[in-house]
Amino acid sequence: MAIDNENGYMTQEELEEKGILLTSLDKLFNWARSWSLWPFQFGLACCAIEMICTTQARFDISRFGYEVFRNSPRQADVMIIAGTITEKMRPSVERLYHQIAEPRWVIAMGNCAISGGPFVDSYAVVPGADDIVPVDIYIPGCPPRPEALIHGMLQLKEKVNSPAKVRFKKYGK
Amino acid sequence: MKTQTYTLNLGPQHPSTHGVLRVVLELDGETCVGSKTHVGYLHRGIEKILEDRTYPQVIPYTDRLDYLAGINNNLVYVQTMEKMMNIEIPERAEYIRVMLAELMRIASHMVGIGIYIMDLGAISAVFYPFIEREKILDMMAHLSGSRMTFNYMRIGGLAHDIHSDFKPELDKFIVEFPRFIEDYHRLIDDNEIFIARTKNVGTITAEKAKSYGLTGPNLRACGVKHDIRKTNPYGIYNRFDFEVPVGEIGDCYDRYVVRMKEVEESFKIIQQAYKELPDGPVMAKVPKLIKPPIGDVYHQTENPKGVLGCYVVSDGTPKPSRVHFRRPSFNNISIFDEIFIGHKIADIIAILASFDFVLGEVDA
Amino acid sequence: MENKINYQEMLTGKFGDKVVINAEKSYEVYANADNSLEVLEFLKAEGLNFLADISSADYKDYFEVVYQLYSFDDPDHLIVKVKLTHDNPQVTSLTSLWATADWLEREVYDLMGITFINHPNLERILTWEGFEGHPLRKDFVSKSGRK
Repeated sequence: MAIDNENGYMTQEELEEKGILLTSLDKLFNWARSWSLWPFQFGLACCAIEMICTTQARFDISRFGYEVFRNSPRQADVMIIAGTITEKMRPSVERLYHQIAEPRWVIAMGNCAISGGPFVDSYAVVPGADDIVPVDIYIPGCPPRPEALIHGMLQLKEKVNSPAKVRFKKYGK
Repeated sequence: MKTQTYTLNLGPQHPSTHGVLRVVLELDGETCVGSKTHVGYLHRGIEKILEDRTYPQVIPYTDRLDYLAGINNNLVYVQTMEKMMNIEIPERAEYIRVMLAELMRIASHMVGIGIYIMDLGAISAVFYPFIEREKILDMMAHLSGSRMTFNYMRIGGLAHDIHSDFKPELDKFIVEFPRFIEDYHRLIDDNEIFIARTKNVGTITAEKAKSYGLTGPNLRACGVKHDIRKTNPYGIYNRFDFEVPVGEIGDCYDRYVVRMKEVEESFKIIQQAYKELPDGPVMAKVPKLIKPPIGDVYHQTENPKGVLGCYVVSDGTPKPSRVHFRRPSFNNISIFDEIFIGHKIADIIAILASFDFVLGEVDA
Repeated sequence: MENKINYQEMLTGKFGDKVVINAEKSYEVYANADNSLEVLEFLKAEGLNFLADISSADYKDYFEVVYQLYSFDDPDHLIVKVKLTHDNPQVTSLTSLWATADWLEREVYDLMGITFINHPNLERILTWEGFEGHPLRKDFVSKSGRK
C-alpha cells in the first residue's frame, strides 16, 4: 500500500476508497442501535390506535426495521407514550420507564403526551410526559398521523446516530 | 396435597387489555377463582372539563370518548342538543349522518374483530380488517381533515357538505367491501383453533346480560333482540330496511358472529342511504350563540359498542351545567368479575378481547 | 315520544302523593330518598327492565340522582329523579334489582359524593387512591396543570 501524503498517513476517505472501514466502537454501537430500535408496546389512549395502524399493512413500519414491538419493557429500547397520562397512571408510567434497560429513549406521541392536550385543565391529567420522564422526540397531532410517527422514529434514528450533532443543537457549542 | 391460590395482576400495562384496564385475578393453578376489575387509569375528567366549555366546544371532546367511532359520539351529543332546542335539521344532513355513522360502525367493528382474533394468536387476521378500515378513514379524512377525531357534526347539521372526493371513494368501497366479507368468513369461520378457543367460552345468559346492562353486540350475542335503532328509532333510522342479528348462547364465538353480521347490515344501510341521498343544505338555522332553555334532556343512540346515552343539564347560560355520558363499554365490562370465574387464563384473554371495549369510554 | 303505558298515572295510583309527577314531561317523575327502591322495583316489574343510566347533577341547593329507565322490548322511557340535600346525600342502592347499578352507583359516589345505602362495595372507581373531594360538585375547584 503506497503512502502518498506528507505525514505518511492516509485519511479516512482514502482508506474507505480502498475498502478499509475505520470507526470507533461507540459509533458502531450507535449505528446498530439506530437501525434496530425496539419500541415498547404501550398504549394509553387514542394515539395507541394510530400506533397500531403504523404497524399494519398500509404504513408498515417494518420497512424501517422498527416493527419489533415488545410487550415487556425489559426487552425494549424506545417507549412511545401514546396518549393521555392520568394521575392514576403516573406511577405505572414512571415505573415502566425505569424498567427499560439503558440506553433508552422516549417519544411523546400526540398533544396529550406533550402538554396534556385538550385535557390539560382537568384535575386528573398529567400535563405532559416530560413531567415524569425525559422525552427525546415530540410528535404533535391529535392524534398524529402514522406518517408522523414514522417521521418521529426516523428523527430518533438521527439523534441516536449523531450524538455530537444533538449536543451541538442543544447547547450551541 | 395442600395447594394455595395466588394473585396475578393483569394490567394496567398488558398487551391484551386494550389499553389500561387492570384485572386482579385470584388463580388456583390456571383456573380463575376470583377477580376484581379496576378501571380509571384513563380517567381524564371529561365531564368536569365540559362544565367549562361552551356547547359547540363539547363536540371535539365526544370524539375522544370512544375514539374508534368518533362520528357516532358526535351524533349522540348533537342530537341531544337538537332535542333540547327543538331544531329540525335538513334531510341531506340526516342522510349523511346515517351514512357516516354506519361507516364508522364498520370501521369500529373492523378493529374489534381484528384485534380480537389477533389476541387469540392469528396475526394475519388483523391485517385484512385494518386495510378496510383505512379505506373508511381515508374517506373521513377527506371530509373532516382527521383520521380519528373528526369534530364533523354540528348542532343543527354538519360542519360542511361532503367533499367531491367522497363519492368516488364510497363507490369504490361499495364495490370492494362484499369481497372482503366473503374472504374473511372463509378465513375465520371454520378455523378450528378459533372455534376451539371461543365456542362455549365466556357464556352469558340473557337474564344476566340484562341485569348487568350489557348493550350492543355483546347483548345481542346473548339472544336479546335489542337495538335502539329499532326500538327507539332516532334520526331517520326508521326509513331503512335492516335486520338485527342475534346470537344463541352468548359465548365468545357468538360475539364474533354478531359483529360480522352487523357489519353486513350496516353496509346495507349505507347503500340505501347513499341511493336516496337528497340535495339541499346541510345546516339548519341555528343561533350563533347557543343558549338552550333551562332544563335537562337525555338521549341515547346505538353505538358500535352499545347504547351511548347523553344527559345534558342546561342552566340557561352558554355553558352546560352538566354533561354526562352513559358509556356502553363501562357497563359492558362490569360483568367481567362474574364471568371470569371458572375459566383458564387463556380463556380470560379470549373473553377480554371478544368484548371489544375502549378504555377511553370506560373511564371518560 | 309518548309512552304506550301511562306510568305517571300508575305510580300515583300505587304510591299516592309520595311520588311527584312532572306535569310538563309525561316521562318524568320524582321519587324521594325513602321510597326510591320501592318505586323502581315496581317499575321494573311493570316492564321497565333496562336501567340504562344513573347520573347525578349538582344544582347548588340540592343534588339530583337521575335514573334512566328503558325497556328491552318496548320504546317506553321513564326518568325517575330523586332530590337530595347537601347535608344528607344518601339514597338506597339498587344493586338488589340490577347488577349494573353496582358500577354506576360507584361512579356517582366517586364523582359526586352521593352515598348509596346497602351498596356492597361502595368505593372510588375512577379516581385514584388518596384522591380527595368529589370533582363534579360545583364547589370543587379543578387544579389545572397548564404551564
